[in-house]
Amino acid sequence: MPLLLDSGQQTEDLWVVLPRSDTPADQTIPDGKVLIHLASWEAQRDELKDRASEIGVWLDSDDEPERLATEALSLPVLAVNFPVFSDGRGYSIARLIRERLGYTGDLLAIGDVLVDQLFYMKRCGINQFRLRSDQKTDAAVAALSTFSDSYQSSVEQPLPLFRRRPA
Amino acid sequence: MYRYDETDRQIIMDRVAQFRGQTDRFLSGDLPEAEFLPLRLQNGLYVQRFAPMLRICIPYGMLSSPQLRRLARISRDYDKGYAHFTTRQNVQFNWPKLEDVPDILAELAEVEMHGVQTSGNCIRNTTTDQFAGVTDEEIVDPRPYCEIIRQWSTFHPEFAFLPRKFKIAVNACPDSDRAAIQVHDIGLQMIRNDAGELGFQVRVGGGLGRTPLIGSVIREFLPELDLLTYLDAILRVYNRYGRRDNKYKARIKILVKALGPEAFAEKVEAEWAHIKDSPARLTEAEIDRIKVHFSSPAYLTVEQIDTAAFEKAREENTFFGNWVNRNVTEHRVPGYAAVTLTLKKLGVPPGDVTDKQLDALASLCEQYSFGELRVTHEQNVVLADVRKDQLFDLWTAIKPLGFATPNLGTLTDMICCPGGDYCSLANAKSIPVAEALQARFDDLDYLYDLGPIDLNISGCMNACGHHHVGNIGVLGVDKKGEEWYQVSLGGASGQDADIGKILGPSFAREQMPEVIDRILQTYVDQRQGDETFLDTYRRIGINPFKERVYASAS
Repeated sequence: MPLLLDSGQQTEDLWVVLPRSDTPADQTIPDGKVLIHLASWEAQRDELKDRASEIGVWLDSDDEPERLATEALSLPVLAVNFPVFSDGRGYSIARLIRERLGYTGDLLAIGDVLVDQLFYMKRCGINQFRLRSDQKTDAAVAALSTFSDSYQSSVEQPLPLFRRRPA
Repeated sequence: MYRYDETDRQIIMDRVAQFRGQTDRFLSGDLPEAEFLPLRLQNGLYVQRFAPMLRICIPYGMLSSPQLRRLARISRDYDKGYAHFTTRQNVQFNWPKLEDVPDILAELAEVEMHGVQTSGNCIRNTTTDQFAGVTDEEIVDPRPYCEIIRQWSTFHPEFAFLPRKFKIAVNACPDSDRAAIQVHDIGLQMIRNDAGELGFQVRVGGGLGRTPLIGSVIREFLPELDLLTYLDAILRVYNRYGRRDNKYKARIKILVKALGPEAFAEKVEAEWAHIKDSPARLTEAEIDRIKVHFSSPAYLTVEQIDTAAFEKAREENTFFGNWVNRNVTEHRVPGYAAVTLTLKKLGVPPGDVTDKQLDALASLCEQYSFGELRVTHEQNVVLADVRKDQLFDLWTAIKPLGFATPNLGTLTDMICCPGGDYCSLANAKSIPVAEALQARFDDLDYLYDLGPIDLNISGCMNACGHHHVGNIGVLGVDKKGEEWYQVSLGGASGQDADIGKILGPSFAREQMPEVIDRILQTYVDQRQGDETFLDTYRRIGINPFKERVYASAS
């Protein structure tokens, strides 16, 4: 399934997501574009230095984004895992990666990524979605523009509605 | 009250369209039940024991007459002709069809109503004092701040999938608390600091349910402009660190207790330091904009109101006098009063109203109270701006409607959840207990002599009937498939909030009137002077009650 972009367009999904390992220092990182878990990257980042353009790091919902070292912020892709769609920690993690750490690369949602959560994910700064395989693309594209406006400050629109309301 | 502008209206229409699409996908099989569930809950739709139940939001309890008429029409067209006011100032329909819900929500949106976030693991309706804006006890009208919180919490992108539900309440009275803020996830007490600036004392981690707790103060003074960023910080800490492995340990109170209030406060302050000066910070202009919606209606001057005629009627007619003493509350504006219409008539489940009563309420508030009405957390309704010289007419008009039972604040003005008659979570029925007690204690002179007593009944430990904070609390429990009732004493929900203590082994339903009677007799025998039930309990403790109730021949 292709990656859905926040614009509603789709692009080929070139990334292989490597699962979390009990022994991150010894996890074998295959060639090609790979998303590895934060712990594996921390353990192996010196060896992976030369592959910077094809390595991305994913965070699980119990990971602390504050742990991301400065080097991680120059990676082309970071990802937030939603182990189940009802685990809302990923929304805070995404905002922290964007707003606190200032990451400007691509931010992917992976895991249990469903149509009805996309709008909020997008507002929290996620710009690419690896939808669960049973999700319908047309419904997903429509969901990206569910609401015409929103009340709160968000990554997408830092000014809350009350700073933008017509007088 | 707050009126939508074009943007607010469009957002709520977008919501209806979104839910219509989700319902269609569910009905066509594209959306599995487990994934539809949180979506329908966040629109107020439960699937209950006999039918779906739809909970409609009444922001901090405020309703207008067109909204009341619309609720009446919906109850006729889509339900069985009645609705139920809840203990969090909302209203529920008990018999809608799932496939009709998008149409119901569209009808509600036309009158600026919705079911948004009335259920599910998200930020729920913000509640406050039913006398907000009209009581002279308050330092400021809390409703503009409730509306600001409502807008901030509506479709907040970060907090739609919290570990558990989240309830915020605001109180602006220094010496009383009708919003029970100490038993909310966040309780905001409006205060002024020594410099005279307005702000909030912030309390976190109160709650009822399985682990009843009084909230802890984590900040003594939060300036008003910092309200939203501080709420963001609290919610973010909770969203990240609240337990998700066990739904009974997932409320913020468990996190606050586990970390300790000081450590929790440190985490919040650390988070807040990053965001306090962000664009999310509230502005004076926004507070002013919202306040305009809550400005005073066109009150007459006291000279224009014939208060002498009112005083005369009050003296001459004992029944009217009783009702005024009980159900009419002082107003900050001379010549006006706030009137509580009790929905606690014998034989009617507490909080229930028929479509005709809803229509009648619409006409009453138009005629007597500037077209607005408030719902209380005790499941009554309030006409907040009634001229004193119209009180007699109002009383005459509401008597045949069953709204004039002069029992406000007394034993029979009970809080009661829908219980096992309607709710699939309940262990036991609660309404028949309420009815049996109303029937047993129907002597008004006795009720007045007993004075203020909160009797709260919940059909299960989810505590929708707030039994922990009732002076007398009744909890339905399941014992080997049978319905039993556990009694607790000494709870309170005001400034002196406390969690009740369990009296002892539970009782069968038919024993309940006798049990309550013995508790009351103990109080009557032991009270000194003007002591209330709660005062006496606090002085003598639970043992005298226990001895009397469990004495033989029960």
